[in-house]
Amino acid sequence: MPPVLLEARSLTKSFPGVRALKGVSLNVSRGEVVAVIGENGAGKSTLMKILAGVQTSDSGEIRIDGVPAPLRSVEEALGLGIALIHQELNLAQNLDVAANLFLGREPRRWGLIDTGRLRQEAGQFLQAVGLDVSPDTRVGSLAIGQQQLVEIAKALSTQARVLIMDEPTSSLSAGEAENLFRVIDDLRARGVSIVYISHRLGEVTRLADRVVVLRDGENSGELARHEISHAAMVRLMVGRDLSQFYPHQHHARTETVLEVDGLRTPAHPTHPLTFQIRAGEMVGLAGLVGAGRTEVLLALFGVQPAVGGTLKIGGQPLCAQTPAQAIAAGLALVPEDRKREGLVLGMPVRENLSLASLRQDQRRGFRDTAREETLSAEMIRSLRIKTPNDRQVVQFLSGGNQQKVVIGKWLALKPKVLLLDEPTRGIDIGAKQEIYRLMEDLADQGVAIVFASSEMEEILGMSDRVLVMHEGRITGELSRHQLSEEAILHLATGTASTASSAHPAHPASPDFHP
Amino acid sequence: MKKLLGIFGLLLAVCLFATWASESFRSGYNIENLIRRTALFGVLGIGVSFVIVTGGIDLSIGSVICLVGCGLPWLLTVQHWSLPAALAAVIAVSVGIGLAHGLLITRLRLQPFIVTLCGLMLYRGVTRGFTADQTVGFADGYKGLRVLATGKIPVPGIQGFEIPAPWAVLVVVAIAAAIFLNRTIYGRYLLALGNNENAARYSGINTSRMIVLAYVLCSTLAGLGGVLFVLDVNSAQPVDFGNFYELYAIAAAVLGGCSLRGGEGSILGVIIGTALILVLRNVVTLVTNHSNIEFAIIGAVILAGVITDELVKRYAIRRRAARELAQ
Repeated sequence: MPPVLLEARSLTKSFPGVRALKGVSLNVSRGEVVAVIGENGAGKSTLMKILAGVQTSDSGEIRIDGVPAPLRSVEEALGLGIALIHQELNLAQNLDVAANLFLGREPRRWGLIDTGRLRQEAGQFLQAVGLDVSPDTRVGSLAIGQQQLVEIAKALSTQARVLIMDEPTSSLSAGEAENLFRVIDDLRARGVSIVYISHRLGEVTRLADRVVVLRDGENSGELARHEISHAAMVRLMVGRDLSQFYPHQHHARTETVLEVDGLRTPAHPTHPLTFQIRAGEMVGLAGLVGAGRTEVLLALFGVQPAVGGTLKIGGQPLCAQTPAQAIAAGLALVPEDRKREGLVLGMPVRENLSLASLRQDQRRGFRDTAREETLSAEMIRSLRIKTPNDRQVVQFLSGGNQQKVVIGKWLALKPKVLLLDEPTRGIDIGAKQEIYRLMEDLADQGVAIVFASSEMEEILGMSDRVLVMHEGRITGELSRHQLSEEAILHLATGTASTASSAHPAHPASPDFHP
Repeated sequence: MKKLLGIFGLLLAVCLFATWASESFRSGYNIENLIRRTALFGVLGIGVSFVIVTGGIDLSIGSVICLVGCGLPWLLTVQHWSLPAALAAVIAVSVGIGLAHGLLITRLRLQPFIVTLCGLMLYRGVTRGFTADQTVGFADGYKGLRVLATGKIPVPGIQGFEIPAPWAVLVVVAIAAAIFLNRTIYGRYLLALGNNENAARYSGINTSRMIVLAYVLCSTLAGLGGVLFVLDVNSAQPVDFGNFYELYAIAAAVLGGCSLRGGEGSILGVIIGTALILVLRNVVTLVTNHSNIEFAIIGAVILAGVITDELVKRYAIRRRAARELAQ
């Protein structure tokens, strides 16, 4: 066993209103990949920020190479070889790669930037992370996966010995993620330690030498390499067995609700799409990032109107040029980014819940305030939205409860088709299951559900049928009994053989929006 | 609500200080004058608050006032139009200006700042052009119409003080605006889109139409203001009539609780904010006899106000957090 490099003992940290850490310990040895997992609010982010010097702990001790190291600032942490790579990348999009790598630490000559040395040193670190671009490339022109590697190269250039990665794959395609995993393997082999935070248990299983599980600000357990399994991790995260995690049942009826014929999205106008969805059916849209799933949902909902094709809902033709028309026809969309598209963050829960149905419930232009009140009370009860009251500003709710508000907004309109884009992104396991139950209930009531998801387990667990997309086309359709990870990946990568589906060289399409 | 109390408290404090410091401040004539000016500027403030609620800005208000305020007497006395035709024309022009602003901002995606900055220069320039920079006025005519701005409503039981007529106009406009903002679905749409335009659009709201409506309301009320201002002073000089009025209106709206980031606003607050600015102006003139430092005082007080507001907000957040921790 290599010596312990970083040792954190009984760290505590309180914020106004929360005890984020109640005594958490973490050891990291040289060349070890330690995954830290836990539900939202378990204390992962706080722990990482303390280790990286962004915040200081209230009590507890941090030792590096056995020497007490009070990490009071980011500079101090970097000086001791600990670097944090944030979930949201912190790169100057307008500068080139080399300038970003050495931002604030530029090699100088006569007081001016020594561009020759800058380029040369940048080149070395880019090579170390296997990123094959010129140091002169503008960062803004790189794909997200490549930008991630620039961040890692930047951390390495500070002589980091411990890299903390916070949800590094959250915006990567499968190919880019696989490439990142290989870089991590390589770093591990070279003795760099990695603290890896992720919601995606599949990745953790793939990468981790050891898993540290946090729950409610405390260590809830640890799994050695041979003990790591999906079930074991979930048990430690939520403190109970989640038997039947996916509550899927078959609800599909015979009548077709949504008929899409030759739909052409603005992003992929040369690929007409044709498919049908039946009442009560739950259809997953699978594919890599940039495959065009979101674009299909946005075209159906009239946000980015289709440039061709016909659409029928319940047999009635619909020309969705605006969301208002789509909503009137019985469509509803739970968008990909709930904070930017789903919620008016600065408004209370009640106002958000009633926003879509104000028009329907109006009395000659006036709001029906009584109806608003009963509606929000009803939704909070039936969706079990955890909020002190419906005057609470929605920004202060947890991710899962925010997502319930987005869904609740549509229920009063009784949609015929519910479109969901990444319905459980960034929400914790307990809330995830509640969202799944909700989708099940709606399907049971005959609502046709189309959901796009990047989480393989979600697609496998929740779909009656899966449409797989690749570069704007539907490359295949799988019914429930045909579903397997291999079959989906095979279609999603558009490759002839399953073996080559692991190929990482999958550039994100130009229409990719992070 | 707390914010309103704060700004109202400040207004009261300034008034009390002025009453103590200056004999002339508490004269019936001065108070009447203050109320009339507050009413006139209040109409502008209410107009711009709709635009500010959407997260936009309108810098052209002063120039619209100039265009309408000079255009109305010009049409009547130089072009000899009939009164209804001239009034209809200036109001139609105001509505048209708002429509043009709104469409440029929503259809061409131009920035409100640029669109209305160009408007600021354009409308004043046009007015100076067609009036050949000559002062225009009503002379002794249109007494009946001028009652709207100069008339007074006696208060039973009080001698030496009458309510100026524009106050009645302001009350009507303010009640209509408050009902629109707080009780109709459209008011809610404006607040929602000012907070997050995307989310509003994804909820089926025609956000472009609502934004156009906000600019139309703003310019129309600026036009109404222009009519009232010129009726009040009887004649107008194109070169400086309405100069800087947009800044008074915007400052009043911000003091009254509108956030320039959008999504927040209160009609009552705008009126109190307007009153505060005008009382301050008045106090500076009366107490110091140096009306040339007026802008400096107003600027300093507004800055102090927003700094206090920010500090109080932070203190409240910290206290709330501490209370939660204690539980």
